[in-house]
Amino acid sequence: MEAEAKVFVASQWQLTWWKFRQHKPAMISAIVVIILYLIALFSEFIAPYAADKYRAGYAYAPPQSLQFFRQTPEGWRPDLYVYAHKMVIDLQAQKRTYAVDTEKIIPIRFMVKGDPYKLFGWFPGDIHLIGPRDPNEIIFLMGADRMGRDVFSRLIHGTRISMSIGLVGVALSLFLGILMGGVSGLYGGWVDSLIQRIIEFLRSIPTIPLWLGLAAALPPDWSPLRIYFGITIILSLIGWTGLARVVRGRFLSLRKEDFVMAARLDGTSEMRIIWEHMVPSFLSHIIASVTLSIPGMIISETALSFLGLGLRPPVVSWGVLLQETQNVYSVARAPWLMIPALAVMLAVVALNFLGDGLRDAADPYVRG
Amino acid sequence: MIQYILRRVMLMIPSLLAISIVSFIIIQLPPGDYISSYVATLASSGELVDEAEIQSLRLAYGLDQPVYIQYIKWMGRVLQGDFGRSFEWKDKVTNIIWGRLALTVIFSLFALIMHWVIAFPLGIYSAVRKYSVGDYIATFIVFVGIAVPDFLLALVLMVFAFMQFNLSVGGLFSADYVNAPWSFAKVLDLLQHLWIPVIILGLSGTAGLIRTMRANLLDELHKPYVITARSKGLPELTLLLRYPVRAALNPFISTVGWSLPGLVSGATIIAIVLNLQMVGPLLLRALMSQDLFLAATLIMLLSVLTLIGTLLSDILLAWLDPRIRFH
Repeated sequence: MEAEAKVFVASQWQLTWWKFRQHKPAMISAIVVIILYLIALFSEFIAPYAADKYRAGYAYAPPQSLQFFRQTPEGWRPDLYVYAHKMVIDLQAQKRTYAVDTEKIIPIRFMVKGDPYKLFGWFPGDIHLIGPRDPNEIIFLMGADRMGRDVFSRLIHGTRISMSIGLVGVALSLFLGILMGGVSGLYGGWVDSLIQRIIEFLRSIPTIPLWLGLAAALPPDWSPLRIYFGITIILSLIGWTGLARVVRGRFLSLRKEDFVMAARLDGTSEMRIIWEHMVPSFLSHIIASVTLSIPGMIISETALSFLGLGLRPPVVSWGVLLQETQNVYSVARAPWLMIPALAVMLAVVALNFLGDGLRDAADPYVRG
Repeated sequence: MIQYILRRVMLMIPSLLAISIVSFIIIQLPPGDYISSYVATLASSGELVDEAEIQSLRLAYGLDQPVYIQYIKWMGRVLQGDFGRSFEWKDKVTNIIWGRLALTVIFSLFALIMHWVIAFPLGIYSAVRKYSVGDYIATFIVFVGIAVPDFLLALVLMVFAFMQFNLSVGGLFSADYVNAPWSFAKVLDLLQHLWIPVIILGLSGTAGLIRTMRANLLDELHKPYVITARSKGLPELTLLLRYPVRAALNPFISTVGWSLPGLVSGATIIAIVLNLQMVGPLLLRALMSQDLFLAATLIMLLSVLTLIGTLLSDILLAWLDPRIRFH
């Protein structure tokens, strides 16, 4: 009885939250997404090395597996370490191969001193969450790439660009979408027709050729930052049309709802009706569609960068990291170069589930 | 009906004009033109081109004129069926595109058929037998299809084939057939190479369809008309296919139009990754080297495909659902 009474007085946000909490995959995904964004925020601190740190002579060094126990005279003791690489030069094949050197142990510690960095470009520091105890030691938790750079560190550094480009792009398309969709749905008439024609036109241009064209148009001598914003603008150019349609549709259907009519009969001003009555009732829905459109942006950035049209080195993003895999032979030699693809999948799956959960939770007609 | 189609086709003309203008502008956006990138390539290989020659080249290609003049001249020729010449390939654009476009269309159709062949039965099955093993298999395919971008899938498959079977997956023909004239053997060879890209493109598109089909059918299955039909003693399969599946197909049909251009777009990236002789890689190269007429023609053609796809789905929808009337 008491629980039921609680439901009746709960605000819309509370109801949404209660329903969302029951959606297990969405809850787990929410945690994954939060972790990913935390990694993106503190990537310099989390990664053991700087993104561009390379080690001559360690090209395609394989990943070292973490060891958790160590044999001492008193028996097995918990310890965190990896075995060092031993380089073997195969004279016959003229190739460098690596073997595990069980004699040499590299202890791994948390909160170690390492490469200096500036967190958020501001706060100087040299403490890393995880790394070798001796900063001069070399560890490759996920192997090394063609230039002997640590794939794990680069993956962590790439998280920032890859996860944020979706956010920035979506924020941009959200702004355009709400503005254009709102204007279209509110005013109707010729403004509505004009905006609808523009949306139809943008949608009739095949997306990927359009992206390719625009991305190829970005001058190669632009700074990485300008390229980054160029790419986000390109991505959101298409993205806003979908959101604008959703917003417009909501405005149109809400205009006829009883509660809007009631507010109007009460003499509420038009602005107040929009902000106090209409927007809250579809805001949650908008948030859900926004969440669902982030993975698309992440995939697009990855695809464009992979093709060499998006971000370019020295910028580090998942797509840029995957450029290394364009050559099948190098992937066959160093399969760990594909690890960034796993990161892309994880992010996409998590954001999709999160969006699904949010959408279900925000929809008052779906019973939990 | 015919009137409606005619009117829609007429409406496509202004859209196409607008698209052609936009694509022309996009291609011209990068600083410089084909000649300057051509000269740069020559210069990087140590060859020097003197200024007079550059100017005469520009003149020959008509690149000395302002963009809108170039556009109007090109459009005039397009209306007569001449799409111009490619700077880079030194050939008529139509000659270069034709074979590749045909391959792209064939490929997309195969992928579309594959979508439906997989998505229909799986979608229906997982709706009727909710939470069964089959349902979980379908959900798993959906999961993979949505989570893995198609170009990554292509990459993974390519690497896997290379590492496991030492097989090179790229390309659409074996080395013997690439330049051979069309014959039965060449078609067979094509089919042998086509299935991998078709599976990749098919799988990534199937995911959405299975999901839609399942959700649509679940909505229909418990409606009173199904119960009525069942109580009349109709066999379950006949009942299923005759009523709820038909109703569940509607939203499906309305998205066919989008799936055709989606397929062409998706095929663009897969074709680049797998090095297939289709439109995608050609477009990418044309855009990079600012091969003006080739790139503009390709974007135009892809847009035509998009518009035709949308039209087709509207017609299909009206034909399938008597409630929809032509306006």
